[in-house]
Amino acid sequence: MVKNGVGREIPEFIEGYGKVKPYVSPFNMVPTGNKGGAKLKRPLPHKTKLIESIEEAIKATGLKDGMTISFHHHFRNGDYIVNMVVDTIARLGIKDIRIAASSLTTCHAPLIDHIKNGVITRIETSGLRDPLGTAISQGILPRPVVIRSHGGRARAIESGELKIDVAFLGVPACDEYGNANGYSGKSACGSLGYAMVDAKYADQVVLITDNLVEYPCLPASINQTQVDYVVQVEAIGDPKGIVSGAIKGTKNPREILIAENAVKAILASGYFKEGFSYQTGAAGSSLAVTSILREHMIEQNIKGSFGLGGITSQLVQLLEEGLFKGLFDTQSFDLVAAESIGRNPNHFEIDASFYANPHNAGPAVNKLDIVMLGALEVDTEFNVNVITGSDGVISQASGGHSDTAAGAKMSVILAPLIRSRIPIVVDKVTTVVTPGETVDVLVTDYGIAVNPLRTDLIENFKKANLPLYTINELQQMAEKLTGKPDPIEFTDKIVGVVEYRDGTVIDVIRQAK
Amino acid sequence: MELVKVGMSGTMESSDINIIIGPSEAGVIEIDLQSSVEKQFGRQIRKVIEDVLKKHGVTSATVKAVDKGAIDYVIKARTEAALYRAADRTDYIWEE
Amino acid sequence: MPKLRRTMMFIPGNNPAMITDGHLYGSDSIMFDLEDATSLKEKDSARFLVYNALRTIDYGKTETVVRINGLDTPFGREDIKAMVKARVDVIRLPKTDTPEDVIEVDKIITEVEEANGIEVGTTKMMAAIESPLGIINAYKIATASKRLIAIALGAEDFVTNMKTNRSPEGVELIAARSQLLLAARAAGIYALDTVYSDVNNIEGFLEEVRLIKQMGFDGKSVIHPKQIGLVHKVYEPTEKEIRHAIRVVHGIKEAERKGSGVISVDGKMVDGPIVDRAYRVIELAKATGVLKDGDLIG
Repeated sequence: MVKNGVGREIPEFIEGYGKVKPYVSPFNMVPTGNKGGAKLKRPLPHKTKLIESIEEAIKATGLKDGMTISFHHHFRNGDYIVNMVVDTIARLGIKDIRIAASSLTTCHAPLIDHIKNGVITRIETSGLRDPLGTAISQGILPRPVVIRSHGGRARAIESGELKIDVAFLGVPACDEYGNANGYSGKSACGSLGYAMVDAKYADQVVLITDNLVEYPCLPASINQTQVDYVVQVEAIGDPKGIVSGAIKGTKNPREILIAENAVKAILASGYFKEGFSYQTGAAGSSLAVTSILREHMIEQNIKGSFGLGGITSQLVQLLEEGLFKGLFDTQSFDLVAAESIGRNPNHFEIDASFYANPHNAGPAVNKLDIVMLGALEVDTEFNVNVITGSDGVISQASGGHSDTAAGAKMSVILAPLIRSRIPIVVDKVTTVVTPGETVDVLVTDYGIAVNPLRTDLIENFKKANLPLYTINELQQMAEKLTGKPDPIEFTDKIVGVVEYRDGTVIDVIRQAK
Repeated sequence: MELVKVGMSGTMESSDINIIIGPSEAGVIEIDLQSSVEKQFGRQIRKVIEDVLKKHGVTSATVKAVDKGAIDYVIKARTEAALYRAADRTDYIWEE
Repeated sequence: MPKLRRTMMFIPGNNPAMITDGHLYGSDSIMFDLEDATSLKEKDSARFLVYNALRTIDYGKTETVVRINGLDTPFGREDIKAMVKARVDVIRLPKTDTPEDVIEVDKIITEVEEANGIEVGTTKMMAAIESPLGIINAYKIATASKRLIAIALGAEDFVTNMKTNRSPEGVELIAARSQLLLAARAAGIYALDTVYSDVNNIEGFLEEVRLIKQMGFDGKSVIHPKQIGLVHKVYEPTEKEIRHAIRVVHGIKEAERKGSGVISVDGKMVDGPIVDRAYRVIELAKATGVLKDGDLIG
């Protein structure tokens, strides 16, 4: 066992994962070597890449036992691709497959059976939800699941550390030679940011579409130089689960209260000025922050430079009103954002490496001023858990949390102080995903706490009379109401390894009792 | 306090707890608890319910509780209300 | 410094989530409702809930108010007993028609206070006037008990009694609001306006708040957190008002230091009402954050 940079006891070697590089500090790791890449190929002229079925495509790629396949999660809970492909692989009798998905969610429950029958033995993903997350927490997977951030996954793929044999990528619009984009067709999802990395670096790429268009499909987010086979199917996803119309602003008073507190923090931070950059999620409070911030931008005549990350209709509105110069979009959160990519030249589709890979020459998160983030738990060292629920079960996702927290000048966690009797501030988070060193502010409905490392922010917030507390005070306020939670019990078995964005191990997840 | 019927208080809303108290011959307080926070607070929730019952001299009862993340004062209030209803009494004791 | 009662947020008496954190939304007072917002079958449950909340939760500087059931119901007397012992700040009596209604509640509060060693007079009262008879008796009601800190208008029952309904312009309430204000001012207590129930009509709400502020009301009852900030914004003094108020307060301090009885600011003599208004302006300005503690110095 070694103690890593956030004080977690980590084994030096984890069965089924390998030798551990313990996390030290956010920018400690200096990579060496060059990028990996796809195999060289020799396509003959005037041959189509269209292939009859997923089964034929799998056979054509020569997929074998023990190989790694990859998927993206742009279709969210409406995704049909993962289940269609893995069902087919199972039918073909192929076993011991590693799935490297950008994320997995509720609709991927059928993977549980494929784990049980030995088709799937390894999973690497940003997130997992019930029931798959619960099953893995109970220990059904032979090797620990590897949890990576979006930037961490892009890094692992680019560096060659995560070698993808075949990428199976669902695309909403595609021609027969492999040019594809995400913003047209019945299954439109907008940005294909996560898939673009796989398309560049996988040895073989299979595109699956329900909207085959005439050659050339332009502009192309994934292009013909990267693609080996194209399969047309009835449907790649359920449009209802892929994106919603326009995500509506919250009416929940508590979320609005948290957002109002967050905006006070932004205004007082010193970062709210001409040319500021901003990222936020699609959860209730974050959305409310964007709309309240918009009013202040108009009132004070402040224009931002760029909005980043998961893009929503709110940010598209700000772009179209001239309040932001551009949007960098790695994932579109609603239909308005998905369509805007095709329409607005300054709504720019970026891949996950451009977004957040710490080991390319300049990810977008490095230019970020302010980011709004969520949390399941925050501890008194400001470490954040966004992966395991308070019952210790894997239920959420790492996402871009640690990437943006590391890059932004001010990372703000928005959370209610108490969530169904569970206090948000704890002594030690169940699982560290984002190290406290990169987390600056916690905004709750009861008040605001600032990381003591940020004396500058504390000073600015005091001057602005913000409801400022220490994180220990917030914890006491919560526990006065809730009492201290009994600790969750785990066995010694490691069911998950949480990598920091640089590939070091920041924490492990043990089997929930 | 003698229990003469089944008394219920509380709702199934978030932050609330629904408590049903009934008479029992078993000589013990039996608590059937369903809670979204069982792992972290199950022990504490049972203790609050038992403490209220014992304080009113109840040592034999069946309790069914469905918890949606209620904090202690809510559990106490719902238990007290259900208890008075189960005892069919209104001679409430308000403490200073 | 005078206490601000710009906003009093209504919270249903049987809703644990809102009772636990209703004070976070920044209203000057919160009112837990055991009366209309609690169904007949849940009166005992709600009473236990509010009683335990008041004994447990630290509401900080937010004033706590409980609207009890009338003494003509089987619940009113028990409500008073429980709430006085739970140390609520203010008991609000609904549907007050006569001074006797107030006196009767005052008497019960006194009994409970005396029986429990609580200093008599600790528990304050507020009377809601919701009928033409109550409006006619407004001054007598406002002076019926030393515990009374405010009278409040309850418009829904009132307009029904008046054989009309509420309109955006509020013409049907002109007489009631005026009479209630006169009574409150003559008695030296606060005057609070009725609720505005269309929470989605922001413009209509703001218009009504501007109206009642100009009439002289101290504040308004609100039914949703989003109404709170809107009221406070309307009640926020202008920069000019604040600057003048600061000069008045400095003038007083200067005069006190010199031992002089006469205060003048900007060449004008300043007397009692102007001083009172200056303190109120400063309190209002501090409450919305446009003025900070440090700003008063120098």
